[in-house]
Formats: sequence, structure tokens, C-alpha cells
Amino acid sequence: MGPRGGFRRLVEIEEERAADQRAVALRLMRFLTPYWPQLVLACVLVITNAVTFSLAPYLIGRAIDEFIAAGDRAGLVRIVLLLLVTYLVGMGSMSGQMYVMGWTGQHVLAHMREQICAKIQTLGLRYFDRHDAGDLMSRLTNDVDVLNQLLTNGLAQMVGGLLQMLAIVIAMLMLNWQLALASFTVIPAMLLIINGLARRARSAFRKARTTIGDVSAELEENIAAVRVAQAYGREEINRQRFAEINAANRDANVSAVGITAAFAPAMDVLSSIAVAIVTGMGGTLVISGATSVGIVISFLRYVQLFFHPVQQISTVYALLQAALAASERVFDLLDEPPELVDAPDAVPMPPIRGEVVFEHVDFAYDTAPQDGREREPVLRDINLIARPGETVAIVGATGAGKTTLVNLVARFYDVTAGRILIDGLDIRKVTVASLRRQLGIVPQDSFLFSGTVADNIRYGRLDASDEEVIAAAQLIGAHEFIMRLPAGYQTEIGERGGTLSQGQRQLIALTRAVLADPRILILDEATASIDTRTERAIQQALEILFRGRTSFVVAHRLSTVRNADRIYVLDAGRIVEHGRHDELLARGGLYAQLYARQFRDLAPVKVHASATSI
Amino acid sequence: MNILWRALSFLRPYWTTATGAAFSLLMVTAANLALPQIIRRIIDDGIQGGHLSTVLWGALVLVGLAAMRGVFNFAQGFWSEKASQNVAFDVRNMLYDQIQRLSFSYHDRAQTGQLLTRLTSDVEMVRQFTGMGLFQFINALLMLFGSAALLLWMNWQLALLTLATVPVVLAVLLRLISFIRPLFEQAQAKLGRLNTILQENLAGIRVVKAFTREEFELNRFRAANLEYLNLNVRALRLFSSSFPLLFFIFNLGTGGIVWMGGEMVISKQLSLGELAAFITYLNYLMFPLLMVGMLGAMTARAAASARRVFEILDAQPEVTERPGAIVLPPIRGRVAFEDVSFRYAGSEHDSLSHVSFVVEPGQTVAILGATGSGKSTVINLIPRFYDVTAGRVTIDGYDVRDVTLSSLRSQIGIVLQETVLFSGTIRDNIAYGRPDSSDEEVIAAARAAQAHDFITALPDGYQTVVGERGMGLSGGQRQRIAIARALLLNPRILILDDSTSSVDAETEYQIQQALEQLMRGRTSFVIAQRVSTVRSVDLILVFDAGRLVARGTHEQLLEESEIYAAIVHSQLL
Repeated sequence: MGPRGGFRRLVEIEEERAADQRAVALRLMRFLTPYWPQLVLACVLVITNAVTFSLAPYLIGRAIDEFIAAGDRAGLVRIVLLLLVTYLVGMGSMSGQMYVMGWTGQHVLAHMREQICAKIQTLGLRYFDRHDAGDLMSRLTNDVDVLNQLLTNGLAQMVGGLLQMLAIVIAMLMLNWQLALASFTVIPAMLLIINGLARRARSAFRKARTTIGDVSAELEENIAAVRVAQAYGREEINRQRFAEINAANRDANVSAVGITAAFAPAMDVLSSIAVAIVTGMGGTLVISGATSVGIVISFLRYVQLFFHPVQQISTVYALLQAALAASERVFDLLDEPPELVDAPDAVPMPPIRGEVVFEHVDFAYDTAPQDGREREPVLRDINLIARPGETVAIVGATGAGKTTLVNLVARFYDVTAGRILIDGLDIRKVTVASLRRQLGIVPQDSFLFSGTVADNIRYGRLDASDEEVIAAAQLIGAHEFIMRLPAGYQTEIGERGGTLSQGQRQLIALTRAVLADPRILILDEATASIDTRTERAIQQALEILFRGRTSFVVAHRLSTVRNADRIYVLDAGRIVEHGRHDELLARGGLYAQLYARQFRDLAPVKVHASATSI
Repeated sequence: MNILWRALSFLRPYWTTATGAAFSLLMVTAANLALPQIIRRIIDDGIQGGHLSTVLWGALVLVGLAAMRGVFNFAQGFWSEKASQNVAFDVRNMLYDQIQRLSFSYHDRAQTGQLLTRLTSDVEMVRQFTGMGLFQFINALLMLFGSAALLLWMNWQLALLTLATVPVVLAVLLRLISFIRPLFEQAQAKLGRLNTILQENLAGIRVVKAFTREEFELNRFRAANLEYLNLNVRALRLFSSSFPLLFFIFNLGTGGIVWMGGEMVISKQLSLGELAAFITYLNYLMFPLLMVGMLGAMTARAAASARRVFEILDAQPEVTERPGAIVLPPIRGRVAFEDVSFRYAGSEHDSLSHVSFVVEPGQTVAILGATGSGKSTVINLIPRFYDVTAGRVTIDGYDVRDVTLSSLRSQIGIVLQETVLFSGTIRDNIAYGRPDSSDEEVIAAARAAQAHDFITALPDGYQTVVGERGMGLSGGQRQRIAIARALLLNPRILILDDSTSSVDAETEYQIQQALEQLMRGRTSFVIAQRVSTVRSVDLILVFDAGRLVARGTHEQLLEESEIYAAIVHSQLL
């Protein structure tokens, strides 16, 4: 494609964008529709306010012309009283309008935030694998904040402004239509300028929105990983990198303002031209006796008043451009199709007995071919069976696909080929929630939420009593260390566990799973960071836990898996052997090699160890 | 008020731009004040006097003046935005810098979502204040005083009537501001809470999904969202009751002017043109008054946000360089703990008590102990992530508190428990500590960490982009990248915090082989659970509940330490 073709494409994109813009604006309006009674009320109030706003100068003009010029004192008092009533009504309607519009705006925003949060709950892990958390956060915070400015201030100003303009135009035409038409000659120029500037502003604001998203993404990632940065002395490099991203945002904003800042002055010049026209023409008319001084004075007032809402609207217009760019990003997120949708005829998973079967399962993380290459499947032709109550262990080298395999049981991802059956039901035919509710998963990365220790344990089952929480912790052997914390179970732990060690976090994560009392238990390296002595104690608790439910255990430490009913050995995404510990050892395959490797060094120690055993 | 002055001081580096903006504003204001005078002359001398040329000249001057005002208006808008965007840029950089500097103990308690809110939303509030706030405030004041002076000059009786409303207006404003500031402060805090909930939801998405807590998370968010909404509506109620009142009070003045001014015109004390000009000026007085009102609210909001920003900027990093801290010369690697005790902030128990040991250069030390016995704490004290509560940690005889942090940490390679991968390519991640390394160096480090083979098997090899949390890679693969990252630094002291726990036995064995090569000549600390890992080390330190309970070689400890024997035994099953 030559440079001309490239340019044409650019133009097309710009046109598509413009069409999108209308769709985005319409959609934004749709957020307002549930609040139509409030909006109608607001409109009535806005109209009332606009009428009082334009009535006041009219009354003042009449006061000057009819009463002051004529020396009618009683009439003057009457009209001043009328003016006061107008002001009073103006105050009431303005107050009501501000409140109703603001109230509506805040509710729309709250609704939008909730929708974003709800949307995030429905998205599959695939989505989070590809998107920065910081950028998602930015959509909730910065982008919604821009909408906030538009909805709480802008919309009322815009509607009010338009109505004021309309009222003023009518009043001017009624006062003196020749003078009115003369001052309207500036309107076409006004429209031209607004249109031209708006088009440029749009793309500038889109850039500003994207760059603030980048800023947030960079922040989120680096704040969360600040410990690594300090350990590696990366502060200076990170600082420079952040400064660059930060500068891009600043520059985008400054160039957007370079455009919008031209709005107000342009309107200002036009308004003054109109004033000049009115004075020039009005003066001529008065001198020739065609109109009165009072009318010209009123007119001057009106012309200035007319451009006041225009200035307001132009400010709002800038805001609107920023808001449209922001809503585009919000809607992008809201429109993301949920990856794992319950089939329309999905049934709730009945209480699970615990039979899990993999039938010829293939899985690849990214199915779309990239750069002409097919993505490597992570799992190939997996056949596996776990009978109710059995403990199944998955072992294999790093990257063999163990975690992926157990993730499929919980349907974090959908299989690429083949199927997974639980109690004979294809897991794609049941609702995700009813399935996961019966599973207990302790992932590799034991994530803790900010809150108390008890809150974190209770995450497994919200209605658990304190006694149940403690009993679960005692079973796992976490009770002792929890009691040593400053406030025991009520100790506030920071995000990601704060000062707790990785092993302690794993203990809490295990307790969480115990409390959930799931039908199928999945432990993904759940004890890797726990020292072997504690693990041995846990092992006994786990034995109790495994009893009566199907359990999947992913472990590197083969001591953890030797009691399993069946062991599957994965190698590069395929199951290469399976069986019981003794059978596999006897076979002398990969498992036997792994086992030999792990215990090789210890063999001569055995004698001493048993001699000094406790 | 101090807070605001401090917020404004951020403008100092941009004083030329800011002054330009202020000057432009001054010109705009001057033009604004001159306009009614010209209109008055057109009406009085031109129209009423019947001089058409005065009318037409006057109209021309009006347009010229407006053009000038337009240019300055643009300059004002653009420059003030430029200055304020620069302020936001600086403040964000400062905050970012500070967050990176703050010690582990701060980050143990801080929440990412809260920090994020302060860096985005609060900075934006401060920016709006420094950009618009200051200039508009000057403008409003100038307009206010200018208009008041002109009104007094034109007709002092009428002027006093108008100015009588000013104190009332100010009283209403002050009331509004005093009520609204705490509201805004609460609202920003609530926004931070909202962000924290979402941020944790995103970071812990696997746990949320595993326990099907989507509904719970959503409800939690909903509750915070509702509180935030209610705070905003409360602020709104204050606004919507105060602002129209201001308008009204002011309009009362206008009504008074029409009445009294009318009387005066009727009794020939005042010309019609003068009255018209007077009413125009009245609007000039109303506008700045309202401006002051808006600014009052905005200032309250900015002050609330600025306080939250300064809270971070003023936080004292617990670990700071001593004045006159020296640059740690290239070390040989002798590490000594001298009667070290350590307690986490807010904890009632020592995490380490009276720990003393010496590690000679080149030795490999294994640290063993139960979960929570203080193993990680020991190694966190060597690169001085925390400061000891008592005793001291020395490297080659230098107290770690006497040397600069960068000279200390640059000689220590550490693989933390949490393996964090940054969004970027695998190469970027390995070269994290030394971005200028050559490809050969990166590959050598990856080979040593047994990561080269799996990396080259990936579709784009070293250029494969890994997601935010290194998605798509298994735990063991992530760990090996983290190890390669540490090895690339070629540090004198190497610290591996449980870094082989999620690696299978085969891989661990391979890493072990590589590490043995690498540890040669460096002082190394290894926290590991597996006895196989620690068998061949020079020194084993066994911790129990924060105390160093046994030390020696594998053979010595087997004979002497019951705890060690029990640990070994637990792995033999």
C-alpha cells in the first residue's frame, strides 16, 4: 500500500470514527433514559430559569423606557416588584435544576461504575491475560470522572444555555426584528468555527484519554511491584520511563487545550462584532427616530446575554469531546463479549458426586493464529479419570501444563477440543457459578485481600461462624501463627498479605478452601512455600480433607503425592504415564526418574535421620 | 491555607508561563472594564447627542477591543493549562518517585488502589486548582475591585447600595466552603476505597472466580459506590442551595438599583446612559462574585486532594540514607548479624530476636525453619529493605545503615518470594536490573537459570511479550526468569528466597547445578524447604520462632540439632 492508500485509509478511519462518535453519544443518552421523569422535571426548571433569565433585562428595559423616561414613580415601583418576583422564581428554578441534574448525573455515574464492575466479573481469564489491570482501572476512575464533569455541570449548562439562547432570540425578534436579524448575521460564522474546532478537538482528546490510561497502567504495575524495583535498584530507570509516559499525557492535554482554548475567544470576538453591529445600526435607527434608546440598551444587553450561553456551550462542547472519548473507552469494555457464557439451556450443576473425566482434551491459550503460525497447544489429547472420592495427583516438569489442566476443571478456560465431564455432565452444559460453587481451588499464587485474617478465611464461605473459621484454621495448623499476630483473627492484613510470609499466606488460602467444604478440591502447588515440617502436619489434615471428596493435587514435591489414588505424569502437554506411586516407580519411566532425582541426595542420610528421629 | 500555598508553589518552575497567563488575564479584564465605558459614550454622546460618526467609530473601537481581548483570552487559557499540566506532570513524578523510595514497611500497609487514586484523581484536582483556580481568583478579585471602584466613581450612592450585598454574599460563601471541604475529603477517601476494591478484584481475579465470589465482590463495590454517591449528593445539596441564593442576593441589589437609579433619573440626578452603564457594571460585579463562589468550592476540593497528595510526599521513608552516607566500595561479601532484633511496625512480637552470625566471603548459607520463623526477615535485612530494631547488620564491616542504598543494593542480587513479571518482553524482564545488557549477557543468564530452552521454544523467543503478571507462563517458568534476572546483575551477594519451590525436582536439580557454579566466589543466602537443596552448603542456619536455634553443616546438624533432624526426616517419609 502506497502513501496515498495509507492516507485514504486514514481518512476512512476518521470517517468511521465520526460515525462511531454519534453512536457513542446516542448510547450515552441511553444511560439517561431511566431517569426521564427527573430529566423532564429538570427541563421544566431549566426553561423556567431561562425565561426568568431573559425576562429580567426585558423588565429593566421597560422600566427605563416606560417609567423612568416618563417619570412614572408608581409604575417604577410596580415593575421593580415584578423584577423581584422574577428573581425569586429564578432562584427556585436554578436551585431545583442544579439539584435534579446533579442528582441524575451522579446516579448515572454510579450506575456506570457498577456496570463496569459487574462486567469485569463476567469476563474470562483470557481477557485478564491480555489486558493491563491499570488500564481497566483508569476506565473506572479517570474516564468516568470526565463523564462526571460533563453530566454534573455540562449537561444542565448545555440545555439551559440552548434554551436561554432560544428565549433571547425570540425576545430580540419581538423587540425589533430588523436589529435582531442584523445581529444574527454572526451566527453562521459561529457555527463554522465551532464545527471546525470540534473536529480537531476530538482526536486530541482521544489521545489524552489513551495516554492517561497508559499512565494508570504503568502506575498500577509498578506500585504493585515496588519491592522488586527497590531490590533491583530500578528506581531511576522506572522514574525516567514513568516521566516519559507522564509527559505524553501532558502533551496530549496541552495540545487538546490549544484547540479548545480558541473556542471562547472566537465566540468573544463574534459577540463583540454583534455588539458593534447593534450599536452602529441601533444608533443610526435612533438618530433617524426609528427606534428608542431603551430598545437599543435592551438589545445590547441581549446580544451580550446571547453570547454568554454560547461561551458556556463551547466550554461544555470541549467537555463533551473529552467525555465522548472517555465513554468510547468505557463502552469498549462494556461491549467485551463475556468469554465463558452459560449455554442458553445450561442447567445448574446438581450436587456433585465427584467423577471427573477428560475425554481427548486439547487446549491452547490463544487459538487465533498469529503471524501465520498456529499457536502451540498447551495440552494435547488428555484422557483422565477421577472417580468420586479419589485423590488424583498431577506431576511433571515446569511448564508441562499441570496448572492449565486443573484450571480446565474449574472452567476458567474452555477446552479447544474434546470435553470434560463431571458426573457425566459436560461442564459447558452447566452454569459456571453452580459448578465453581462446588469446587475449592487453592491457586499457586495465594492472593489475600485487604481486610482481617478472618475476612480472608471467610472468603471461602461467607456465612461461616467464628467457631467454624477457627476450627478450619486449627485443622490446617494455621491457628497457632494467627494467634501470634497482633490482633489474632482480627489482624488487618494489607493487600497481598503485607508482612505475612508466603508460607503463612498459603496456610490462610488452604484454610479458606477447607471452610468452603467443596465437593471437588483442587490444590495447585498449595503447599510449595510451606516448610516440610509444617507440610507434614498439613498432610494429615489434608488426608482428612481428601476423604469423601474428589481431589486434584498438583505438586513438585513427590512426597506430597505418593498417597494419591492415581498419579498422572505430564510431559510437554501430554500424559505420558499414570498409575499408583508404586506402579510408576516399578515402571522406571519419567516418574521414577523425577523421584530418583528428588531423593537421590538423601538416600545415604536415611540412616542418620531415622536414628535421630523425633 | 498552607496546603494551598504549597500546592501553588508547584507553579514556581513555570513562572514565565504563569505570569504570561496572569498578564493576559489582566488585559482581558482591562478590556472587559473598558467596554461599558465605550458603550456609554456611544449612547450618551453618539445616539442621544445625534453624532453618527461617534457611533460608528465607537463600534469600530468595540470590535478592535474585542479582537485584542480574544487574543489575550486564548493566551490566558492556553498558558494556564500548559502551566497546570506541567504541575500535574511534576506532582505525579514526585509522587511516583516518593512511592518508589518509601520502604517496604510503608508498602506493607499501603493499598495500590488508594495510591493510584491519589496519583490520578487527586492530582487532577490539584491541577485544576493551580491552573484555573489561581488565575481566575486573581481575575475575579481584579474584576471585583475594579468594578467596585468604577461604580463608586460613577455614582457612589448607587454603588454603596450594590456593595451592601457583598458581605452577605461572602457570608453565604464561607458557610458553603466550611461545610463542603470535609465532604470532599470523605468523597476522595471513598473513591480510593472504590478503587482498592476493584484493584484487588482484578489482582485476585483467580481467587474471586475460584470461589465464585463475583456477586460478593460486586456487592462490596456496590456498597462503596452507594456511599460515594451519597457523599456526592450531599455536596450537591449544599451547592444547589447556596449558589442560587448568591444569585438572588445579588439580584436584589440590581432590583434596588433599577428602583433607586430610576428615581434619580426621574429627579435628573443621573442620565439614562449612566444608569445603563451602571447596570452593565453590576453584571461585572456579579460575575466575579459567583466566580469566587465557584472557586471557593473548587479550592475546598483541591485542598482536600492536596492534603492527600502531601500525605504521600511527606511520608518519611523508614529506611533513609544517613547524611554523609558513604558509597560502599566493591565488597568481598562478609556478612555479619550482630545481636539483631527486628519487629514489624504494629506487631507485638519480635520477628527476630538476638540473632548473631557471620558469613565469610564466598560461603553459601542455607536458612531453614518453619513457616513464619523469620527466614525472609533475615534476608530482607541484608539489602536493608527494613532497618533493624536493635543490633546491626554489617557487610565487610560496614554497617548497612552507613552506606548509600544504591551502592549497597546494586551489589546484591535477590530473587523474592513473589515472582513478578512486568509487561514487556522476556528479554526486558531478564534485563530489568541492567537494561543496557547485551543479548549475549541476557542469554547467558537465562542459560544459567535453565530458562533458555523454554524461552527459545516460545513463539517469539526472547521477544515474547508476557502479560502483566506473566500470564501464559507457569509458576516455575516465571521463577526461572526471576532467577535469570538476579544472575544478570553478577552480584557479590546472592539471595534466593525460596526461589525453587515451584520448580519440579528435575528443573531444580538443573538450576542447582547452575547455581553452584554461580555461587562460587559469591556469598549466597538460600532459603529452601528441601534438604536436598541445602545439603552441600557451607553453613546452615535453623530458625525457630525468630531465634537462631542451630547452626553448622549438614553432618554437624544431623548429630546436634533435633529440629534439623526432624526437618530432614519429614522429607523422607
